[in-house]
Amino acid sequence: MEAYIYDHVRTPRGKGRPDGALHEVPSVELVTQLLQAIRDRSNLDTALLDDVIIGTAQPVGEQGGVLARSAVLNAGYSQTVGGQQVHRFCASALDAVNLIAAQVAAGMVDAGIGGGVESMSRTIMGYDSGAWTSDPSVAYHNHYAPQGIGADMIATLDGFSRYDVDHYAQESQKRAGISWAEGRFKNAVVPIKDVLGNVLLDHDEHMRPQTTVESLASLKPAFEGFGKAGFEAVAKDKYPEIEEINYVHHGGNSSGIVDGAGIVMIGSKEFGVKAGLKPRARIRSYASIGSEPTIMLTAPAEVGHKALKAAGMSVKDIDLFELNEAFASVVLRFMKLMDVPHDKMNVCGGAIAMGHPLGASGAMIMGTVLDELERRDLSTGFISLCAANGLGTATIIERV
Amino acid sequence: MRHLKIEKGNDGIATLIMDNADESVNLVSEQFVTEFEAATAELTADESVKGVILTSAKKAFMAGADLKLMVEGYEKLTLDDAYAFSQRATNMHRAIEKSGKPWVAAINGLALGGGFELALACHRRILADDPKALVGLPEVNVGLLPGSGGTQRMIRIAGLKTSMDLLLSGRSVGPAEALKLKIVDEVVPAADLIARAKAWLATSPDATKPWDVKGYRFAESRGFIVPEISAAFMMAAGGIAGKAGYNMPAPLAILETIYEGSIINNFDKALSYESKQFATLLTSPVSRNIIRTTFLSKQAAERGARRPEGVPKSEVKKVGVLGAGMMGAGIAYVSANAGIEVVLIDRDVPTAQKGKDYSSKVFAKLIEKGRSTQDAADAVLARITATDDFSKLDGCDLIVEAVFEDIGIKAETTKKAEAVIPASAIYASNTSTLPISELAKASSRPDQFIGIHFFSPVDRMGLVEVIMGKQTAKATLAKALDYIAQLRKTPIVVNDSRGFYTSRVFQTLIHEGGAMLDEGVPPAVIENAAKAVGMPVGPLALLDELSFDLPLKIVDQAIEQEGDKYAVPAGVSALRKMKAIGRGGRKTGGGFYEYPEGGKKHLWAGLAENFPVKAGYDIEELKQRFLYTQAMETARCIEEGVLETSQDGDLGAVYGWGFPAWTGGTLSYIDTVGIKKFVAESDRLAQKLGARFLPSAWLRAKAEKGEGFY
Repeated sequence: MEAYIYDHVRTPRGKGRPDGALHEVPSVELVTQLLQAIRDRSNLDTALLDDVIIGTAQPVGEQGGVLARSAVLNAGYSQTVGGQQVHRFCASALDAVNLIAAQVAAGMVDAGIGGGVESMSRTIMGYDSGAWTSDPSVAYHNHYAPQGIGADMIATLDGFSRYDVDHYAQESQKRAGISWAEGRFKNAVVPIKDVLGNVLLDHDEHMRPQTTVESLASLKPAFEGFGKAGFEAVAKDKYPEIEEINYVHHGGNSSGIVDGAGIVMIGSKEFGVKAGLKPRARIRSYASIGSEPTIMLTAPAEVGHKALKAAGMSVKDIDLFELNEAFASVVLRFMKLMDVPHDKMNVCGGAIAMGHPLGASGAMIMGTVLDELERRDLSTGFISLCAANGLGTATIIERV
Repeated sequence: MRHLKIEKGNDGIATLIMDNADESVNLVSEQFVTEFEAATAELTADESVKGVILTSAKKAFMAGADLKLMVEGYEKLTLDDAYAFSQRATNMHRAIEKSGKPWVAAINGLALGGGFELALACHRRILADDPKALVGLPEVNVGLLPGSGGTQRMIRIAGLKTSMDLLLSGRSVGPAEALKLKIVDEVVPAADLIARAKAWLATSPDATKPWDVKGYRFAESRGFIVPEISAAFMMAAGGIAGKAGYNMPAPLAILETIYEGSIINNFDKALSYESKQFATLLTSPVSRNIIRTTFLSKQAAERGARRPEGVPKSEVKKVGVLGAGMMGAGIAYVSANAGIEVVLIDRDVPTAQKGKDYSSKVFAKLIEKGRSTQDAADAVLARITATDDFSKLDGCDLIVEAVFEDIGIKAETTKKAEAVIPASAIYASNTSTLPISELAKASSRPDQFIGIHFFSPVDRMGLVEVIMGKQTAKATLAKALDYIAQLRKTPIVVNDSRGFYTSRVFQTLIHEGGAMLDEGVPPAVIENAAKAVGMPVGPLALLDELSFDLPLKIVDQAIEQEGDKYAVPAGVSALRKMKAIGRGGRKTGGGFYEYPEGGKKHLWAGLAENFPVKAGYDIEELKQRFLYTQAMETARCIEEGVLETSQDGDLGAVYGWGFPAWTGGTLSYIDTVGIKKFVAESDRLAQKLGARFLPSAWLRAKAEKGEGFY
């Protein structure tokens, strides 16, 4: 059985800081407003949905306790709709979508919503750490190093210079600026309202479209301190070919810290008929993989091959790629290894410009590539994210 | 009881006094534990005793555990045995804590390791206000963790952050800091110690520890839910990799025990967990290796293990140092600093004076850091006479010659000095390359001629390699060792041979690096592989510092003297190639590394072209090669009689050229691998890489008998 994408929405991305526009909105409310929007614009009978799976990279505190179920009830959905929480770090939302698609494909459910949420201004990074970073024995033997070290290790091993990564960042900002100016996200973005019902934010707050390589040059590398505190030794023990780490990443060429959520509605053909909705694309394949955990950011190429193989496709069969811009070097490496031209990659800009609400990004970029395929009248899209500890997930979609 | 004494007062206060009957310091030994258990039981049972003061009759409170006991773990105890061993000590401490009577530790002096663990088990700690009264848990330095509840009481008293700092660094602290960190409760003048302890006991204090009160929760027991705690453990785990690498189990076991101890909210379970981690360390070869070499063998060497018996003790009052270059200047400094009168000679007075100025510079730095005074500097400098006049050598007990490494120049110097010095004086050459027996030919009294090989920089390197020439008399050796003892340095004694011991084996390390380069191993991998096993510096960087002339000269001399019998080291062709390109080391403007002005050195980009990288290398095998090549050469030194004891071999390796301490030295490393496996692996490496790894018939026979080096 095929699983189809019927619709998707996302929040604008607010700066993930106390002065960000969405800071006063709880994570559950971000999802609630999206669930209401996707229902209302399709006049959907929510009883037709079987499940809502929401991914979060930090499912603790207000983001814990199966937030999806709270959001379902909060949004006024039928109480028969289930709820589930998934956690695969930054790939969480894409995995949530894939899990719904898998159940639909298996014929066990008719339809559901997958997505993710992360309010990084409220559940700040570090609230959910775990054994992998902090249990001394686990972290030491697994050669754990903070992610920024991994990004700089890629730059070192693949020979990406400071100019290369800054130039990539400049392009992400430029493309995001153009996309917003042209209204490419208009159908996807649901303005988020406060308790009075007034709009708090209707655009991505983190962007700086005027960014240039020159303006980035003044930023100091962000991760050298970690390196000098001991993680250089971790890196070199794992990669003895590294003489010295080339520290090139900083806030301007790494993904932005933001608040946001995104959801995708997936269902069978029959669901579309019952709900009176037209499918927009079908899920061709999906895959997840584990890769080398110290760099922890190199999964996309490997998982990309796996997803392409499952779809019976090759790189040439993909029209547009969305690879989460965790760090500039992650995308540069993928393009180099997979032989993907920059004009097919993240064509609307990415997380360096607009931000990366950890567990929510997978659903957001899936929506972005689908809208762009429609706008350009192209057919196939590839979505992937690297995730912590060497994890990675990819999905291939095709318009119908 | 031999090591303990109980004094019971009429006031209901008993004083338990530690006074080791056999040694000058109190130590935790088997017998001590037995006696302490009995003493605690008695004090607990005696209803007339209301409170206990624990103190020491020695200068120090207690130095720690008897390390002789701690080398007995590996290969002798099972994990369960080691756990039981640890739990016994833990229970001994727990008995204090749970006695129902208040115990106060009156810490009259140094309390380290087991000493401070005892104090931590008491209900109050009062420390004498004496800068020498350091307290701390330095077990990480011997490859162990602070047992007997040390880790668990520390985190519950001082918190996670302080505990991580103190226990991972092994740092001990003085009274003021100890009070600030709350690991002692009071600091009082030494004379008031007992009175203060009695005063506290007079307040009828509660003898229940916080963790024995129902409902107790460790303050930081929420673990990783608190971001600052999870970040602290994350950074600490990375810090261990940075500081200790991946060869030392103790730092990780300590950190893991701190972590688990913060979560396990049942004190006895936490103590049991600590004992389990302790058992893994006690039964590991690493703690055995570190303790045996860096404590037991080192102390034994310094106390005269190699000094011939029956020779009366001597003292050098006046030493003549010939040659005021870097080595001579350093030797003059350490000698004068040890209270010895020094005549420092070079070809003219200004040159000799320049050598003396070195001492002024060392003192200037020490004074700047507040570690010495101008008065002390003046006194030491006054002992050094810088001159070009050999007649001033009159009355010297010892000559240390450190002139240019040329047999002719050295011979002439020997003759000039021997014309002046008393018949009883001994003559030592600081040569690092020339055979002592050859140099002794210039001497009219070759039995009084010996090699005393200092390492550079002399004031910081603790090892001294003593080289016996063919005719060197035992009395001469005894005098040389007495001099080294005056300098408070660590001697090893070796027999004459090319490169003696340390230089000879050290060369195998650097040549192995050159060989790898020739094979097409990426240079950064070579350096990182050596550092990964714990060598402080990679072989290519070492070669650059030495400059290639020195090792090449040694090789060329050997070729000249031995011809075809001499196996040219595999790394030599890489050195010759580099020299031909004009890159002969740092002094020549660069070698394997570039030295940009004002910038950080980095590997020379031209290496890629001259030593093309071949795909594929086995990092584990590269690491193994560095350790094996040095270990094999050391074994040959034993076989050939260059080395007479394994202790000399191991001390020389660890302190001479930085062979990693976790191995215990080159020979302990063979024993750690297991001699049978070592021979089998060496055969494999020899087949692949050449005869330098080939075990001799002697080593094979040893392996067959399963006979190690200890």
